[in-house]
Amino acid sequence: MSAHGLILAGVDGDRTWRLQDYVARGGYAALRKIIAEKTPPETIIAELKASVLRGRGGAGFPTGLKWSFMPRSFPGDKYLACNSDEGEPGTFKDRDILRYNPHTVIEGMAIAAYAMGCARGYNYIHGEIFEIYQRFEEALDEARAAGLIGQNILGSDFSFELFAHHGYGAYICGEETALLESIEGKKGQPRFKPPFPASYGLYGKPTTINNTETFASVPFIMNMGGNGFLELGKPNNGGTKLFSISGHVNRPGNYEINLGTPFSELLEMAGGMRGGRKIKGVIPGGSSSPVLPGDVMMDCTMDYDSISKAGSMLGSGAVIVMDETTCMVKALERLSYFYFEESCGQCTPCREGTGWLYRVVHRIENGLGRPDDLDLLNSVTGNIMGRTICALGDAASMPVQSFIKHFGDEFAYHIENKKCLVPPEVQYAGSQIYVSPSC
Amino acid sequence: MLEIEIDGKPIQVPDGSTVMEAATEAGAYIPHFCYHKKLSIAANCRMCLVQVEKAPKPLPACATPVTNGMKVWTQSELAVKAQKGVMEFLLINHPLDCPICDQGGECQLQDLAVGYGDSKSRYQEEKRVVFNKNLGALVSTDMTRCINCTRCVRFTTEIAGEMELGQAFRGEHAEIMPFVEKTVDSELSGNIIDLCPVGALTSKPFRFAARTWELSRRKSVSPHDALGANLIVQTKHDVVKRVLPLENEALNECWLSDKDRFSYEALSSDQRLTRPMVKQGGEWKTVDWQTALEFAANGLKGIVRDHGPAAIGGLASPHATLEELHLLQKLVRGLGSDNVDFRLRQVDFRADTSRAGIPWLGMPVAAVADLNRLLVVGSFLRKDAPLLAQRVRQAAKRGLHVSAVGPNAEEWLIKVRHRALVAPADMVSTLAQVVVAVAAEKGLAVTESLAAGLPAQVSDEARAIAQSLASGQKVAVWLGSLAVQHPRAAELQQLANEIARLCGGVAGFIGEAANSVGGYAAGATPRAGGLDARAMIEQPRKAYVLLGAEPALDFADGVAAVAALGSAQLVIALSAFDAESLRETANVLLPIAPFSETSGTFVNCEGTAQSFNAVARPLGETRPGWKVLRVIANLLDLTGFAQGDSEAVRAEVLVDGKVADLDNGLGAVEAVPTAAAVGLQRVADVPIYFADPLVRRAPSLQKAKDAAVPLARMSAATAASLGIQSGDRVRVSGSGRVELTAVVDDSVANACVRVAAAHVSTVGLGPMFGELSVERV
Repeated sequence: MSAHGLILAGVDGDRTWRLQDYVARGGYAALRKIIAEKTPPETIIAELKASVLRGRGGAGFPTGLKWSFMPRSFPGDKYLACNSDEGEPGTFKDRDILRYNPHTVIEGMAIAAYAMGCARGYNYIHGEIFEIYQRFEEALDEARAAGLIGQNILGSDFSFELFAHHGYGAYICGEETALLESIEGKKGQPRFKPPFPASYGLYGKPTTINNTETFASVPFIMNMGGNGFLELGKPNNGGTKLFSISGHVNRPGNYEINLGTPFSELLEMAGGMRGGRKIKGVIPGGSSSPVLPGDVMMDCTMDYDSISKAGSMLGSGAVIVMDETTCMVKALERLSYFYFEESCGQCTPCREGTGWLYRVVHRIENGLGRPDDLDLLNSVTGNIMGRTICALGDAASMPVQSFIKHFGDEFAYHIENKKCLVPPEVQYAGSQIYVSPSC
Repeated sequence: MLEIEIDGKPIQVPDGSTVMEAATEAGAYIPHFCYHKKLSIAANCRMCLVQVEKAPKPLPACATPVTNGMKVWTQSELAVKAQKGVMEFLLINHPLDCPICDQGGECQLQDLAVGYGDSKSRYQEEKRVVFNKNLGALVSTDMTRCINCTRCVRFTTEIAGEMELGQAFRGEHAEIMPFVEKTVDSELSGNIIDLCPVGALTSKPFRFAARTWELSRRKSVSPHDALGANLIVQTKHDVVKRVLPLENEALNECWLSDKDRFSYEALSSDQRLTRPMVKQGGEWKTVDWQTALEFAANGLKGIVRDHGPAAIGGLASPHATLEELHLLQKLVRGLGSDNVDFRLRQVDFRADTSRAGIPWLGMPVAAVADLNRLLVVGSFLRKDAPLLAQRVRQAAKRGLHVSAVGPNAEEWLIKVRHRALVAPADMVSTLAQVVVAVAAEKGLAVTESLAAGLPAQVSDEARAIAQSLASGQKVAVWLGSLAVQHPRAAELQQLANEIARLCGGVAGFIGEAANSVGGYAAGATPRAGGLDARAMIEQPRKAYVLLGAEPALDFADGVAAVAALGSAQLVIALSAFDAESLRETANVLLPIAPFSETSGTFVNCEGTAQSFNAVARPLGETRPGWKVLRVIANLLDLTGFAQGDSEAVRAEVLVDGKVADLDNGLGAVEAVPTAAAVGLQRVADVPIYFADPLVRRAPSLQKAKDAAVPLARMSAATAASLGIQSGDRVRVSGSGRVELTAVVDDSVANACVRVAAAHVSTVGLGPMFGELSVERV
């Protein structure tokens, strides 16, 4: 983990998650200032808009705009939710934010609650990182004891109750409306939209949901001003961003860099390719973003627009790097299995289609592929994409489409020769995982 | 109003409409599975994807709100491609076992697959198999066929009121199932069969009995509760094979209660009477109609000759048709007697002398949706009137405040805001307290004639109920079967009327049976000093004509009824079914047609007369009841019995097919001395599946949870005071004595024991109200 940037700055010491440590790093100054100066909510939202902070959960939707959707004069309860249900393969940034710097999320949420008039908030934390949930609970206790959340924050008439809520590990609960259902105690299944959470969210009340990293960025924006934050990145891509690098690099981990930094620099920070091997492909934004060939990736800068132009998505910033020892069919098989397993089963195309995709990729990988399988895969993904209630259907389809698009020859080789283009011993050399000779 | 163009056709739809609703309005069919007009929107099947202008993706018609100026194409290339894509997904794991599937020929998936499916499958992998679930005696499952549309889940949750089904597991492993080791026990469960768009949920009693195209479909009317649900009765070779709802938005909507749906099994029961029988020398002999009818007519003649016409009594079931009831009273009156009644479970007839008209619900059934306050007095609402309760449930979700007074608080799956849980003997005083409190809330004076007897003290519950009612704009007070059967029913009605008057609302009767209103309309009640049902039992007659009722099970006091009928010289029983208590008491048994084999009319609780025709030929030598009564009258040379068909009979009763004088008004009621209640009181319900001779003989319904052997239910406090625990065998003694299993049930008022009536195991206990003692065996 790097100790640069904003959110991760200064968190490589001992017990940096404690309140006093955070305060020593300048924490809660933004919240104190807002409360002391009674900053109008419009000013806060204007700063956010100026910062061009884009949602860090994957969709990249401008946060300031999202906050402005909350009905200002709504008479009843309004809710705030933090999406820490980080379940996408390759993504492991939110857990480190909560592990090492939980108070920045709490402060960010308190500022958000102030700006949108929410009296209650929930941080929904992925079920398989229970110690993170416990740590966040501890941080909440500290903040509560210090009067930073709860009733009459810092002696003002602003009150905001914040609770941690842990899920049980279902990937689908990271979909924002499934997350709301789960908080409500129901089966985690996405709701159809419209209505959107800003009008009908948690318990049917207006609700804003942001990613952990998004909230964590808010105090820094308040401190340095929207323009200051924007200038760290590049136009339309404000600020810094955490990238979780995994795969065939020497130092996998979380790196916070300015948006717009060339991929090659990020790769260098991660220690370069393991064993000096050639880069084959990169999934730039979590497993649901389309894979890009290594050479295409080497020309990209790490920001929403550049990656999008290259044909993929910055997503959650989970960069999965694959070198020349990787069998792309096998890689896709594993990804397809994930989506097959994690589909909630609510709507038809995803429930039936994800299993179909997995089974076809599985049989190609196992030497049972048929000549028209690639057409079949493209057709099935076409029937899933854009036809489902939530984005999981798209997420399952994009890897399939992009793997076939960029590495179609490997798939064709598999189907034709009943074995892998990358010899088993080469695969083994790269991954240290036994590969059957028939593969 | 919003402007929308569907497939090039411009139409206007109300604000808030969905594209699906607009398409229905425009006459464009959009294929769908999960969408159902009465259920919440799920948007999960994705079959209704349509092309919407400016939308980058096809949108689900069921969940997309119409916006002004929207343009939709339901058949465009984009839309059809999306629909076909979804159909392929639906079929890949579907077993395609149509040839052995009961849904075959009436299956939405099968029908739509013709239009949207391919002739061969691109899916070559193994198909999913889902194990079947035991949902009880009524619904059969083939879960592998399930397409997870969740209509059944939403039905149980939203319409039936209890989530008895759910979708467990995730993704491809998702399955619809009941909760572990539970069955679906709702009294409305059969509707999930109709809702299931595939063959996953089918009718267990109907399983493999016929193909849909072999069945004749005929309209009919349910002969059970007072709602008068409309039916489609399906027959094959004159045997009723299945009953489905006939949609009637004013009454049953598109639903049926399980009683309406599955009671048809009794129509082919081996307990059907098929040939006339006469008892001679203690032996039952099968005879021909001529002999039986002459025996009956001569018998009646003899009684009139020897004992005078007042020695004859006519007793009819409230489930009999209007025509039968009319001819029965005409026959009895033709003989010179005024002793005729159809209110067999009623004991208080004081209202008869001061009734303004025919007691009824006081409002149309559909108007339940507009109510905002409802007081239910003495009713087992959910089981007595399942579909009326369903309407109340929906209204309660939209803001109707429901209160209740009575000795029972069993789960109605309706939010009851306030409840006075009081013993039967305290119901009158509790309702009087509500009157006092409502008058105080409204600042109005109580009617003078009532004012004298009103209590000074008002309980908290009564006040809460009064406050609720007084704050309403659309108020109704309903008297349920327990209130009607109550020993002080007339006073309860008087007080209910007064509450309604003070609140500017209506008071009415839920009704016990299919013809509870029709019996009055037919004139099957004493008019000129004749004996009512209770008096005819308490002062036994020499002869009875018994129409459609079983002496032991259909009377307020089965023991007394059997004794009175048993002591008569002549009992002419017209019945569709054989029964022990009939054989015991009757002298001649005349097999008459049940509702499915005769034409007739039921007048439901809202006063709508609904006529129906026979759907099948009468079984054996069975004859329609109205014909049998007419022929007996002919043999007695009575005038006015020349009707050639049932319509002619009906025309004597109804003006333009309508019941004229519906009116719940009630004048002064003669006071009766009441002793303070001491000891335990009986609370008697008529269980849903024992309420009439038909359901008692429907085998599948008899396997349902609601058909369990009655228990002696009492509150924890009552049980503790008696030293009784759940599961103890107890001896319950009233005028008779029975042995039952006790169960602690806090839905029963203190100092009461709830013992169901209308069941062989409890009939020995005698009257439905009164004091009991309970001791451990």
